[in-house]
Amino acid sequence: MKSLRTIAFAALAFTLFSCGGDKKTDSIPSGSAETTAATNNESTAEMEATAAKYDPNRGLGKHENVDVSKFDPAMAAAGKKVAEVKCTSCHKTTDEKLVGPGWKGVTTRQTPAWIMNFISNPDPMIDVDPELQKQLELCLVRMPNQGLSDTEAREVLEYMREIDGAK
Amino acid sequence: MKTYKKIGLAAFAAVSIVACKPKGTETAVSGDAAQKVYVAPGKHDEVMSFVSGGFNGQISVVGLPSGRTLKIVPVFSVHPENGYGFSEETKPMLETSHGFIPWDDQHHLALSQTNGEIDGRYLFANANNTPRVAKIDLKTFRTTEILEIPNSAGNHSSPFLTENTEYVVAGTRFAVPVDGQGDVPIESFKENFKGYLSFIGIGKEDGKMDITFQIEAPGFNFDLSHAGKGKSHGWFFFSCYNSEQANTLLEVNASQNEKDFIMAVNWKKAEEYLKAGKAKKMAVEYAHNTFDESTQMAKSEILKEVSVLSAKELKDICYLIPCPKSPHGCDVDPTGEYIIGSGKLAALIPVFSFDKLMKAIEKKDFSGEFDGIPILKYESVLHGEVQKPGLGPLHTEFDGKGNAYTSMFVSSEVVKWDIKTCKVLDRTPTFYSVGHLMVVGGDTKKPYGKYLVAYNKITKDRYLPTGPELAQSAQLFDISGDKMKLLLDFPTIGEPHYAQAGPAELFTKNQVKFYKLAENKHPYVTRGEGESKVVREGNKVHVYMTSIRSHFAPDNIEGVKVGDEVYFHVTNLEQDWDVPHGFAVKGAQNAELLIMPGETSTLKWVPVKPGMYPMYCTDFCSALHQEMQGYVRVSPAGSNTPLIYSLNNKKDNAQSPVKEGETK
Repeated sequence: MKSLRTIAFAALAFTLFSCGGDKKTDSIPSGSAETTAATNNESTAEMEATAAKYDPNRGLGKHENVDVSKFDPAMAAAGKKVAEVKCTSCHKTTDEKLVGPGWKGVTTRQTPAWIMNFISNPDPMIDVDPELQKQLELCLVRMPNQGLSDTEAREVLEYMREIDGAK
Repeated sequence: MKTYKKIGLAAFAAVSIVACKPKGTETAVSGDAAQKVYVAPGKHDEVMSFVSGGFNGQISVVGLPSGRTLKIVPVFSVHPENGYGFSEETKPMLETSHGFIPWDDQHHLALSQTNGEIDGRYLFANANNTPRVAKIDLKTFRTTEILEIPNSAGNHSSPFLTENTEYVVAGTRFAVPVDGQGDVPIESFKENFKGYLSFIGIGKEDGKMDITFQIEAPGFNFDLSHAGKGKSHGWFFFSCYNSEQANTLLEVNASQNEKDFIMAVNWKKAEEYLKAGKAKKMAVEYAHNTFDESTQMAKSEILKEVSVLSAKELKDICYLIPCPKSPHGCDVDPTGEYIIGSGKLAALIPVFSFDKLMKAIEKKDFSGEFDGIPILKYESVLHGEVQKPGLGPLHTEFDGKGNAYTSMFVSSEVVKWDIKTCKVLDRTPTFYSVGHLMVVGGDTKKPYGKYLVAYNKITKDRYLPTGPELAQSAQLFDISGDKMKLLLDFPTIGEPHYAQAGPAELFTKNQVKFYKLAENKHPYVTRGEGESKVVREGNKVHVYMTSIRSHFAPDNIEGVKVGDEVYFHVTNLEQDWDVPHGFAVKGAQNAELLIMPGETSTLKWVPVKPGMYPMYCTDFCSALHQEMQGYVRVSPAGSNTPLIYSLNNKKDNAQSPVKEGETK
């Protein structure tokens, strides 16, 4: 049976290709060459590699050494405004959970770099950060990327610091 | 086992009998076709194409080579899916001098060009019924401008454009008396009916459309057109039928003459006459509708005047090229030298030479005049004729390698021929009755080539049957080799007419992913939940509402009464790609909304009886999407229910106060 199958398929293949005769042309008359842009999907192996070198103190992203030696009230006020447009639909400034967790105490639990990396580009960190995975199980809504600029992210951090008592 | 034996035998039989004679529908595809159209999961198509939706008034965006439909862009038709033409913001887009017209018959498309190449900025679309031209912004794939065309009926030879998008044209299919003077006997056709060609100027920076001038031409039926390019830049060519100027049973009476015409228009000369003040101002009424992306609102204005140049009086702007017989397509090759007419009833395809045309005009090599317009001698301007190309030639596109591809409606085939020698090189069947062809970039100076799509009118046995109405169809061919190869059949939306396409990156590079909340200048924007409120102004109730995964604010409203007009101004607070929110309310007589991230959109709702009306998000947005809902309580007219609103006000879980609505 197996051999018959092979013969059948070989014969079919012959039918399909016997009329070819045309050279396989990959050339595109003009314009740019390769088709298809790959999507952001990483392979499992790549994801595992990312998870392995993930630094839970810093998170994923470009922010590394955030200077929080002084408190800047003007920056915190700007951060409050940004938060009212983009954040407080889901977060309270107390420790009470709304859609997402309350903000009270977040600056004592996470480093400034971690917070800025997370709020400016949440998706990749949700995939690997153990704390965020726990939060996701509670809240069931992945934090939306609200398109915060670097400045806005820094301002929101300062506002969070103010909530936690920075002076 | 028996089965395999059978397959084996059948396969051997197939090899011996039909090998090398691909005929009929099943064997028309060669072995590597599947590989050539397979776009693996997560990979993107190579080419983005825009396909006209015919009588459904929309445009579909289709990836090639997969044939996958990616989006429907509503242009001339209301679209309940996203509220286009239903939301308060977009209703003005469909206003005309005849009032609100929620549909049209969309035939041709043109992608904006720079130096004769597709530049990825705009797509233009025509409306054939109530003459209009629309512009779609390809940063957002939204219709942002619609201009009505006065003194016209059946805007068929439209929206073809010049090589730097200086003008988009709109030539009338029906000869008609000028607007406002149409109450005349139809018998007076020859005396009163004219053919108007509109040249719509396109703003260099903002792309804004305005009718720079119209040309009053004889009462022909203008059918299709294409602009000159390269050496013929500055000229426009229009095919016209019914040179008999008949007005009844046209399939007989408009097919009397052996030759009709292609009208060559020197639009640069027309511009000079316009500047020299040779145009007469004519009082007309036509709508100009624009969508402002910063306020996210459309507005409609009625314009009252148009400048008209007379082809009869200004002798050197229009010339007639005799063309056999009832010409349809009128296509200019990438070099700009050859103009190809396709006589629907002709047994040959005439190819005209631009150089010869210029010489003939210079030498005044005319065979006569039609209504004051010089007729050039056929032989003097002819480059050659393609003999016996097939039956019913309609449209020609080009691959940039000296080859032309013409669709044959009656004999259902595509014919490839050499422009210089006018010799037929190859022919391939289509299934069935092909109309337009589209080679990627095939009407530009530099075709991308590689793929040809045939847009067919009939499908019969090609797909699973769906009652008397069968799927509309497109067929993808590989034209990279000497022989055309059928790769794929795929159904299309509406009755596809023409299409435009280019390499995908031309369109993907400038895409808007979301609207920035900070830049939202909508008069009823709600920037953050803290600003949400309900305001009563007489019998109008304005709800300033926000949406975010996975709730509305407010989600409870009381104090609405029968007889109120409720306006839900919903701002989507998301600032992320691909997170629209929907909004629907029970009993809404128009549609839902689909609000893009950062956008504000308004649904008008007039409840007709008291009751409890749930509202909810229609677009699945998160695991808690189903919870994204709320209630509007409607009380009888004249009742005293206080106007209040809230989010999360339950007594057992008190979070936020119930707020009093404002009254203005």
